[in-house]
Amino acid sequence: MSGNPTDVFAAAAGSGEPSLVRQIWDYLSDGENWGGPGGLLDLIGNHVQQSVLALLVSAVVALPIGLYIGHTNRFAFIAVNIGNLARAFPTVGILVLVLGLTSIGLFPLVVALFLLGVPPILASTYAGMRAVDPAVRDAALGVGMSENEIVRQVEIPMALPLILSGFRAASLQIVATATIGAKAGLENLGTPMFDGQSIQDYGILGAGAVLVTGLALVVDSAYAVGTRLIVSPGITRRDNTSSGRRRFGRGAARRPSAIESV
Amino acid sequence: MDLFDWIDRNRDLILRQLGEHLQLAIWPVVFALVLALPVGWVIARVRWLTGPGLAFTALLYSVPSLALFMLVPPLLGKGFLDPINVVIALTVYAFSLLLRSVVDGLNSVPEETKLAATALGYTALGRFLRVELPNAVPVILTGLRVTVVSNISLVSVGAFVGTGGLGELFTLGITSIVGRGFLMPPIIVGLVLSVALALLADVAIVLVQRWLTPWVRVREAVS
Amino acid sequence: MNRFSPNRHLLAVSVAAVGVLVSTALSGCGVLGGGDDTEEGTVRIGSANFPESQLIGEIYAQALEAADVTVERNFNAGEREVTAPALDGESGQTSLDLMPEYTGNLMLYYDPESEVTDPDGIYENLREVLPDGVEVLDQSTAVDQDVLCVTQETADKYDLQSIEDLEGVSQDLIVGGGPEFKNRRAGLQGLEEVYGLEFKQFKSLDAGGPNSLNALLDDDIQVTQFFSTQSIIPDNNLVMLDDPKNISIAQNILPMIREDVNTDEITTALNDVSAALTTENVTAMVKEVSGSSDYAGVAKQFLEDNGLV
Repeated sequence: MSGNPTDVFAAAAGSGEPSLVRQIWDYLSDGENWGGPGGLLDLIGNHVQQSVLALLVSAVVALPIGLYIGHTNRFAFIAVNIGNLARAFPTVGILVLVLGLTSIGLFPLVVALFLLGVPPILASTYAGMRAVDPAVRDAALGVGMSENEIVRQVEIPMALPLILSGFRAASLQIVATATIGAKAGLENLGTPMFDGQSIQDYGILGAGAVLVTGLALVVDSAYAVGTRLIVSPGITRRDNTSSGRRRFGRGAARRPSAIESV
Repeated sequence: MDLFDWIDRNRDLILRQLGEHLQLAIWPVVFALVLALPVGWVIARVRWLTGPGLAFTALLYSVPSLALFMLVPPLLGKGFLDPINVVIALTVYAFSLLLRSVVDGLNSVPEETKLAATALGYTALGRFLRVELPNAVPVILTGLRVTVVSNISLVSVGAFVGTGGLGELFTLGITSIVGRGFLMPPIIVGLVLSVALALLADVAIVLVQRWLTPWVRVREAVS
Repeated sequence: MNRFSPNRHLLAVSVAAVGVLVSTALSGCGVLGGGDDTEEGTVRIGSANFPESQLIGEIYAQALEAADVTVERNFNAGEREVTAPALDGESGQTSLDLMPEYTGNLMLYYDPESEVTDPDGIYENLREVLPDGVEVLDQSTAVDQDVLCVTQETADKYDLQSIEDLEGVSQDLIVGGGPEFKNRRAGLQGLEEVYGLEFKQFKSLDAGGPNSLNALLDDDIQVTQFFSTQSIIPDNNLVMLDDPKNISIAQNILPMIREDVNTDEITTALNDVSAALTTENVTAMVKEVSGSSDYAGVAKQFLEDNGLV
């Protein structure tokens, strides 16, 4: 690799060294790289599976807790701060620690990703539940709804945008970080990246990078679409009627980020 | 080898990696902040730039950092071993995070406040420095908090491209075979120090937040 | 009551600025540009990402320091595909001057089609194919060969003593290896082309690392490649398969150095080190260093024991 930055996008004239973009394209367009065990399709599938598993585990823990502390406003301080504490752990370190204590397989990766997935889900679920207008909760009580009904039919639907944004952030971080699983003996989109780096083959490396970025974007878009579909318009301030605008102004829901992602 | 024996014999290594981690934790955030303030101001002011500007940084968010770390060396043409690669990648991520906070912060300044400042005779720049920015500080500091903590965790990933501060203790652990497993002491030391660093930084920023924005707590106490 | 406290903000910014300036001064720029300011005559030593390489690198470093040479350590720089160009300057810039290397693989790196398999022939050929500006010094008798291993159980089950015995059996076996294993002649490529073997599956793991060891012992893979100086081979009763067709050629340890950096003192110091290294003491040192991470201490001990400091 000649290392000249301008080679990246223009073919390196006469040096015989294909540009970075060209190398990635060549690798991605070679059908042989896609099929079979260890092929790109296989790796994408593994990556998705591992991410979904980690997300489910995070959700199973974070969602109920978030709903509870959001609804009752008890233990909130502890719960939210434990959530923030999880962010302080370097994902790589946790992966390696658990790997060292157990064996290669899904467990180390899931534990590491769990620590990434819980904080956003927990914080956003709590925030969403707290943001429910007390007047509405009061009205529901006044109409005679039971505690359970209030949670399920009033609070959760109203908290949905924030809850979903928490899932969105968690999913992005998990999908992006799952690449380190390749160091724990797993095969996913991190595998071509580490392999490529090791033998200095930027085609493979770049292909892995492009695919995992693409996957992250697809997931993000899926959430954007899903949120639009699932959440009632009045809540997300997309209510463009005059009464909606009067109430909510022109603000839009905050976009979560994959920042702590790897 | 016993954990404390290992620490004893490798004190220099531990301190060296800790020092490197600190530098990698601080500089990128500083650079990112220095870049994000003016860029954020421009984007917040110029309406039609706001959308695309934020969308571009959102795209940056989505690139998994491992990918960015590995792709910066060829893109930059610097030697693969040069730590500047990691600094640049970390700066990019910190910038993406901070830009959002800066824009949100500046946008949260009430319109009346800005108009009053103009009426008092502040120039655009003066208004930015003495009125808008101080009012945006709470939001920016909150963003800074998240940025710093996540940056500290991200530094370890740099170990995969040769410059990783405490992360290099993790790679040391996994490349040394002891019995059937890894060498655990460096992994444990790396984790403990990394978490401690992140918590200290978090607390430090919260303290700075309280010091710089006393009115926020007063407002909370009153409401 | 002035709630906005711009003075407080100004103070905060000033303190931060001073703090930043002070820490720059103290750290001498550290990660921000230290890499480019090497003084004249400094030898930049690299190593690959495994304990033995770093050990030999550290030994070289201390031997040179004993000869009053300034040394800059850039260990764990990566695989040969990274370190060789960094040293030979093919990319237009060099970031390394000296690397601990292995005769066979280094020769194959610069001469992939080479058919030479005897140790002395390899050494001679290596000296010829090295690019201009780069040379190798004396080779040591210490050898670290790539060696294909199976567990005692697997060897008993299929009656395996040499790689040739894998014929007819390999399609039932899963082979594991590091990223470079796939494309090297000493790896999968050689097994497929020279021995005509086909494996059931290739699993990407770490080169000779704990993941591979555990996968082998847990029977997740049946065959993998280790290095002959790893004590895990005897410690776990692993069987090293013979290699009659020599896809894994001799790997004598030797220094690779840039000619423009080399001096007579450096040559003498490094040659003395090479003379003192043996496969036995390297194996013992690697085992010790894996547990203590004390490369400096172990290297120092070796040099003292051999009267080289």
